[in-house]
Amino acid sequence: MTDTPAPRRIPDRLDKPLSSAIFSWEALLVIIAILIFAVNSFASPYFLDPWSLSDLTFNFTEKGLIALAMALLIISGEIDLSVAAIVALASTMMGMAVQAGAGTPVLVAIGVVVGLGCGAFNGLLVTRLGLPSIVVTIGTMSLFRGIAFIILGDQAYKGYPESFAFFGQGYVWWVFSFELALFLVAALIYWFVLHRTSFGRRVFAIGNNPVACQFSGVRVARIKFILFCLTGLMSGIASVLITSRLGSTRPSIAQGYELEAITMVVLGGVSILGGAGSILGVVLAAFIMGLVTFGLGLLNVPGIVMSIFIGLLLIIVIALPIVWRRLREGRFA
Amino acid sequence: MKSFLKYREIWLLAGIVVLIGLISTRFPGFADPANLRQVFNDTSILMILALGQMVVILTRSIDLSMASNLCFTGMVVAMLNAAHPAIPIPVLIVIALAIGLALGAINGFLVWRLNIPSIVVTLGTLTIYRGATFVVSGGAWVNADQMSPDFINFQRAAFLGLPVLSWIAIIVIALFFMVMTRTQIGRSVHAIGVNPTASVYAGIDVGRTKFIVFCISGMIGGLAGYLWISRYVIASVEVANGYELNIIAACVIGGISIAGGIGSVGGAVLGALFLGIISNALPVINISPFWQMAISGSAIILAVVLNARGERRQGRIILRKAEAA
Repeated sequence: MTDTPAPRRIPDRLDKPLSSAIFSWEALLVIIAILIFAVNSFASPYFLDPWSLSDLTFNFTEKGLIALAMALLIISGEIDLSVAAIVALASTMMGMAVQAGAGTPVLVAIGVVVGLGCGAFNGLLVTRLGLPSIVVTIGTMSLFRGIAFIILGDQAYKGYPESFAFFGQGYVWWVFSFELALFLVAALIYWFVLHRTSFGRRVFAIGNNPVACQFSGVRVARIKFILFCLTGLMSGIASVLITSRLGSTRPSIAQGYELEAITMVVLGGVSILGGAGSILGVVLAAFIMGLVTFGLGLLNVPGIVMSIFIGLLLIIVIALPIVWRRLREGRFA
Repeated sequence: MKSFLKYREIWLLAGIVVLIGLISTRFPGFADPANLRQVFNDTSILMILALGQMVVILTRSIDLSMASNLCFTGMVVAMLNAAHPAIPIPVLIVIALAIGLALGAINGFLVWRLNIPSIVVTLGTLTIYRGATFVVSGGAWVNADQMSPDFINFQRAAFLGLPVLSWIAIIVIALFFMVMTRTQIGRSVHAIGVNPTASVYAGIDVGRTKFIVFCISGMIGGLAGYLWISRYVIASVEVANGYELNIIAACVIGGISIAGGIGSVGGAVLGALFLGIISNALPVINISPFWQMAISGSAIILAVVLNARGERRQGRIILRKAEAA
């Protein structure tokens, strides 16, 4: 009775057998990406050109930036449908600033701050008033884009300064665009935050059981508020990139981006119910969506038909593991 | 009287009356019965769609594909009419219902058999159905001059002082009221939304019920497809693009809880009417239609804030004092 049990070492993470790494979601995505890549390079002689591949990245970098923050938000059990509307509002505000003669640094600041402000507004409504985020952000989605429509009507803002074009059209090195570089850096930061910090751990924990987190001393409301702010911030940054790339602002800018960003997140293996997911998966999903749309574009497939492939990809990739598991258990009905 | 005031629908109805009163101060003709009939007729399609969506939301699911379903079914029906003008309209409506049912059944099957969350399934089918519209039509439009006069005029024919479209809406409302309050499936839908686990123990087949509600919302989407195309007499891939969120907005304003279990037929109808009145009133009181989006957005947020009181179901915070310190 005298000997005390030896202090046990509690591992940080569970030992995973190699097989689970091979059959992981990310591995599935890598295989799909390679397949699509191979099919594309056979289907079109123009595909395997560094500049083509560079153009390809413009298809997903802006939505991908939003998807990174959205991934954290969805893991925590919330959702933000207003991201595209935030892009539109931030772009409209930048357009107004241009008419007032603002320079590039001011424009960027306005885009980012408006995004952050909109995100904070969502966050306040959800965390302070305890409202369901899906409904709140459907409302703010109409509100933000509605304000853009009130300001702009059927007009458009043009005349962005020359130096502003760099963000959406410039290249950092050779074929690597500023957008791609920014996306990769942001992905690295989000990966670190989600998978290597206690903040990231709390995000997962909240997604799994917010009530238990509350009782464990995790500031659930504050973390959710921060996540909404981050999503708004990334939407503001995406707005700077899109506005710079297009060189003009219409209130209908980035229409439908919210569903594409969410598709990326879900395709990337983030559970829509919260509590599970990885940044690597989201980045891979972003690449896959870019590959699919660009490859089909080279084959002259219209954008609307590409969306069928994206939709099918989403459902099949989600359904495959479920069907596979049922088949193995032999109880597929 | 007090229990009477408990109902959300009463407050929403009062809000609508106040809204009509406010509009009348700017445009006296608005509260005219003839005009109100017109507003009702204009809102009929949204009301029907909101009812279909309501049943889905009640079971803690969501159907984002309704507008795409509407677009696809409308296109197929319009093309059928353009190719074979001899097909009578009731047959076309049955075809529209059948196509809508098939599309809804796909959603329902994926939710029921594969257990995929409905928001993911319908996010996928939202793009698939709209893309399929492009495939069947080849990107071409079906214009008014290609549609038969019957196709266009069926819903406009007056019957007992109201257009057929309004009567269809009234019949659908009555049907939903009967189903939701007087049948087993209506009870099951509510029960699943309130507590899915308890529903299983009560002998309700949760998966099958969800399948049925998606079939219902699909049929409604199909019906609305024909009505929409024959009302706006143009079928294209862009029809009702983004309208799925308007449908959900009507439900939310109508007091239907996105968390499931709370909501009524009256709420969905009134929520749709609220949006319909705003969109009808803005032009006549000289507010730019560009304001409509922001106004309905604010209405949604306000509605959620008001409805959220009293339906909190989170864990109790027992150490509030310690937390504040």
